[in-house]
This record gives sequence, C-alpha cells and structure tokens, in this order.
Amino acid sequence: MIVRIAGEGQFKLPDEDADRLNELDNRAVSAVEQGDETGFKELWSQMLELVSSDGNALPDDELIESDVILPPRDITFDEARGEFTGDGLIPD
Amino acid sequence: MPGLAGRMSTVVKAKISRMLDRTEDPGETLDYGYQKQTELLQNVKKGIADVVTSKKRLQMQSTKLEQQVVKLDTQARQALAQGREDLARTALERKTLAQTELQSLDTQIKELENQQEQLTANEQRLRQKIEQFRTKKEVIKAQYSAAEAQVRISEAANGVGEEMADLGLAMQRAEDKTETMRARASAVEELEQAGAFDDITALGSGGDDIDRQLSELTSGAQVDDELAKIKAELGSGGGESPALEQGEEKA
Repeated sequence: MIVRIAGEGQFKLPDEDADRLNELDNRAVSAVEQGDETGFKELWSQMLELVSSDGNALPDDELIESDVILPPRDITFDEARGEFTGDGLIPD
Repeated sequence: MPGLAGRMSTVVKAKISRMLDRTEDPGETLDYGYQKQTELLQNVKKGIADVVTSKKRLQMQSTKLEQQVVKLDTQARQALAQGREDLARTALERKTLAQTELQSLDTQIKELENQQEQLTANEQRLRQKIEQFRTKKEVIKAQYSAAEAQVRISEAANGVGEEMADLGLAMQRAEDKTETMRARASAVEELEQAGAFDDITALGSGGDDIDRQLSELTSGAQVDDELAKIKAELGSGGGESPALEQGEEKA
C-alpha cells in the first residue's frame, strides 16, 4: 500500500496496515464530527506514527499513485473539519 | 479507502484527465504532459521565491523593531531625566508593544524558514519525477501501441500529477500564511511610524488617539516596572524613590 503524507512524500506500507489505518481514520472522522480536538490530535499522531514506523520512503524517481493521501502533518483542527468531513483540502 | 483518502486523489485525477484529454495521439499527449509539468515547475520556483521575499521583508522589519526598542528605551530615559514621567510612560508603553511584536515576528520568520525548506525539498522531488517522466515518455512512444501507451501514460502522468497537486497544496498553505503575515506586517509598520517621535517634546500631553489606544492595549504592570527601574538608575542623584516599590509585579 502506498501512502502519501501531504508535503512529505510517499511511503510504502505493508498491506496489513490498511485496516489499522482505516480504523484510525474512521475514529478520527468521528472525533472531528464530535468536535473533540484532543481526541483527533491523538488519533492523528497515531496515524502519522504508523506511517513513519512501518513505511519505507518511496524513491523520488518512482511514478506511482498513492492509495491513501494523508493531509499535511501540521493540519489544524479547523482544516481537519474540512478534510475529514467536508469538501476536502483542495476544493475543485 | 474511505474518508480522507479519496477526496484529494479524485481532484488530482480530474485535473490529470483534463490534461490528457487534450489530444488523441499518445505521443502528443506525452509531450504536452511534459511541457505542462515543466511550466508548473516554473510556478513552483516563483512560489518559493515569494516565500523568500516575505521572509526577507519580515527580517528587515524585525531589525527595524529592534532599533525601535532601543530608541524608545533611550527616549524614556531622556524624558524621565527631564522630569517628564508622562512621556516616559508613553515611550515605555510603545516599547512593550514593540517587544511583543518582535517576538511574534521571530516566530513567523522561523515558520517561513521551515516552509521554505519543505517547499525546496518538494520541488526537488517533483523535478526528479518530471525528469523520470521525460525518460519514460520516450520509452512509451517507442515501444508501445497506442492503446497500451494510453494506459502507461495515465499511470506515469498520475504519479507526477499527484506530486504536483501535493506541491500545489503546500504552496497554497504557504501563500495563505504569508498573506496573514503581510497583513500583520502593515500593522507593524503603522506601529513603527506611530512610535517614531523624534522630537520628544512635540508629543505634548501625550493625549492623542494613538496614545490612548496604546495605553489600553499594553498592560500597565510592565511599564510601571520599567519606569521604576529607570528611576532607580537615574534616581541615585534625585529623590523619586517611592515609585521603586511598584516594580515587583512582572507582566
């Protein structure tokens, strides 16, 4: 599974991590929906931690699409409201 | 994967397919794609240059504010030496404000520095990918049938496109941030102008609108504290010691 952290590049993760990441993502979405900033921050750092501990950086000359794109590391709670529930960080 | 995964890549895909829809011939599409990528890389360079310009501007402002702090301090001392406590107070209020502003400026400069580093790293990564795309496109043109080429082009272009969209997002965030800083910078400039009272006596009673606003904005404690300190320094000859006791509360 290829995961991108916005602004930092792509990482190759074992496929087994997909479920774990998905679970964290779902919990992050509900934290955002409940306005639980602390809970969101905690889940968000767990997601980042998972990618950096299990992932290997993809070489720069690899032309491949990511399966998952995570928002920038320093995402604010306000931005998370858009990304995790609304229109996303890049409205077209 | 649901949630955050889909949205950004959907946008990226939409943009890329628009790009690829321009022509029917894969060879042409490839050349067009590469040309577009190179153009976008130029925009990235401009964007990074903007960040550097903003940073330099903030650094200049920081230097000016540092001078301002020294100047206001000197003015406060002069005013007090002449027995003008009201003027000294105004000068110290402005100094406090300038110092607060200086701290926030320095934080912003550091933030911009980080952003500049990150954008530069992203730009290098994108440059590599575009270079890889250039190599790949020649191989695809030479080796594959039109139908097969179309598939491989999409793969390669989407890979580059995602990188580009990512950098676009980073640039957007940097721009938003510098925009906020720019607005703040203008406010600081006004402050500098307000604080530049060369002729200390021209300030008169110190009762103009700016002065009143400044007094409201700044906390009195720090000013009282400093005033007392200066008095203590000057006061070794004079006799204004009662105010010294005020200096305990630090803001």
